[in-house]
Amino acid sequence: MGMGELRHVDEYRRQSGAAQLRLRLADICDPARTYRVMEICGGHTHTIYRHGLSDHLPDNVRFVHGPGCPVCVLPKGRIDDAMALALDEDVTLCAYGDVLRVPGSEGSMLDARARGADIRMVYSPLDALRLAREHPELEVVFLAIGFETTAPATAATVLDAERDAISNFSVICNHVLVVPPMQALLNSPDVAIDGLIGPGHVSAIIGCTPYLPLVEQFGLPLVVAGFEPLDLLAALVMVVEQLNDARHEVENQYSRVVPWEPNPVARALFDDVFAIRETFEWRGLGPIPRSGFRISDRLADFDAERRYGVVGRVVPDPRACRCGDVLRGAIEPTDCRIFGTACTPEHPVGSCMVSSEGACAAYFQFGRGLAGQP
Amino acid sequence: MAHGAGGGASRRLIEEICLPRLGNDLLSPLADAALFTIDGIGLAITTDAFVVRPLRFPGGSIGALAVHGTVNDLAVSGACPVVLSAAFVVEDGLPIATLADELDAMAAAARTSRVRIGACDTKVVERGAADGLYVITTGVGRQVAVPALDATRIRPGDNIVISGSVADHGIAVLLAREELHINAAVRSDSASVWPLAQALLASLGTDLRCMRDPTRGGVATTLNEFALSAGLRIEVSEAAVPVHDSTRGACELLGLDPLYVANEGCLVAVVAPGSTAAALDVLRSVAGGPGRAGGSEAALIGEVTSGADGRVIGLTTFGGRRIIDLLEGDPLPRIC
Repeated sequence: MGMGELRHVDEYRRQSGAAQLRLRLADICDPARTYRVMEICGGHTHTIYRHGLSDHLPDNVRFVHGPGCPVCVLPKGRIDDAMALALDEDVTLCAYGDVLRVPGSEGSMLDARARGADIRMVYSPLDALRLAREHPELEVVFLAIGFETTAPATAATVLDAERDAISNFSVICNHVLVVPPMQALLNSPDVAIDGLIGPGHVSAIIGCTPYLPLVEQFGLPLVVAGFEPLDLLAALVMVVEQLNDARHEVENQYSRVVPWEPNPVARALFDDVFAIRETFEWRGLGPIPRSGFRISDRLADFDAERRYGVVGRVVPDPRACRCGDVLRGAIEPTDCRIFGTACTPEHPVGSCMVSSEGACAAYFQFGRGLAGQP
Repeated sequence: MAHGAGGGASRRLIEEICLPRLGNDLLSPLADAALFTIDGIGLAITTDAFVVRPLRFPGGSIGALAVHGTVNDLAVSGACPVVLSAAFVVEDGLPIATLADELDAMAAAARTSRVRIGACDTKVVERGAADGLYVITTGVGRQVAVPALDATRIRPGDNIVISGSVADHGIAVLLAREELHINAAVRSDSASVWPLAQALLASLGTDLRCMRDPTRGGVATTLNEFALSAGLRIEVSEAAVPVHDSTRGACELLGLDPLYVANEGCLVAVVAPGSTAAALDVLRSVAGGPGRAGGSEAALIGEVTSGADGRVIGLTTFGGRRIIDLLEGDPLPRIC
């Protein structure tokens, strides 16, 4: 490998690096205690199971899966609201692939599409805006979803729409913020964790400083980690080292992408395009104050909720579904009675099974908890 | 859409709806081609519909694909492809030049695959009904493999070899849709695998258990089909599966697993352990050419174990293990 030739994928998956980190972990783990480390971000959950990382951890180290899957935490009512736009208001609804398969009260958006609703998969909000631009006869609504990671793209798209006076475009906004649910979770009595692995790409936007008050308040170490297997192992080592030293600090393992301070461009976009909702309903966590974005008043024309008078349905989760407990890390997917039986990726009951970042989907896809598991 | 993806939903459609109504001893094995005899001469027949969008993509087009896909189903069934029929469903408004180009592509593919197109039919449907052009081909070949290739012949200890790199076709088609604005030097591998199949058949005899061309649903689906048919477990080493760098990069960017992406010029074979080295040598000695797949990147990717659960287990590059299950849903619609 030559100088300057960084192979972003292979470099962070190298076996030899993993072996070294695993040895270090085994070395520094104190057999007299357990280390329960919550990884907030669904992408981390996915990496852990995709690469079989938990296969080689010391027995007293456990990953606990947190609520960092923006599709998983979206309540059914919000799915129904979006579907209603496509079915009843003759809107062309654009959404990311994952969201299309989440079951609402009457099937998923893919089912609605098979029934004739105009629902399209996009990879970026700009695709939805382009559709509106090129087809003035369509009323295009983009279903915005994601943590602070994807919010800047939505914001930039809304500003483009304003600049170019695209009147047949609006956004139904489900962006959420990562710190409020972390706070709610850490306050919750049945969640017992020793340390945190902080979300990688959210932190690329918000930096590391927003975690400082959390770490102070709860006395837990937090290490922001990247998404490659080596990143996660390295971050885990850093968490364990802090716990052994009785430190509780914010550290940044993902420094090649994540800055210490918040991204000022993103901050400016948020201040202009979004307002923070007084409260937002989170699947499994209930309502959390000031935890989600809506479109700001200045840009109300691009707010689909106001444009179409979206009712805001509240739909309780099916009783057998324990997505909420999974999202809080209170149980593992395999503790849910319907995991792998009534609830599978093919017919998901809850959103943790649908989204590629959901803990249940990761468990199922990579085979944990099934008969004949490796 | 999921019912057309080649994974779990497709399988259920076939097993629960199609087989009960059409099933017979020729169809029910659900192999790539049906094997039958007429007056003692072993023949094979297969059919396929091609609905790829866009019609043209780097490395291929619907016309070439329609020949290669059907030729390959015969080849991996141990039959030398002989003659094809082709039916065209043309959308009103398709430029004649476009149709002519596809017919040229078919003619060229038929030449390099050494088959003749003996029968054709053309229908035109109203605008909006066929996305330009759909092509359906049926192929007939002469059985060469004795005894017939069959996944039930797979034994514990058998090895899985692959003739070349994966995921090129599906990614090339996806990128050609120009919805993603990603530039990558990825070309479809659309080509006849008969030279590869023929080489294996000639050298390995009964040590060649069965072959398949991993199209929709990718290598993962093919391995699951083997495992289920044999009632055995298959372990595949992910690091050993060849993937071109730019294809892997595109997969990473799009969140796609190369194991589930379609191929159109690739062959997976199950061989007895003692013949694995010979199989790889023989594959690697087959030089590729226009419309003919070569085996220079052939690799040993896994083995059959004695587990009886019909599962496919992936050994990750990290030394961990994961289950490689049948696909649900449709990650890449209309790639073949």
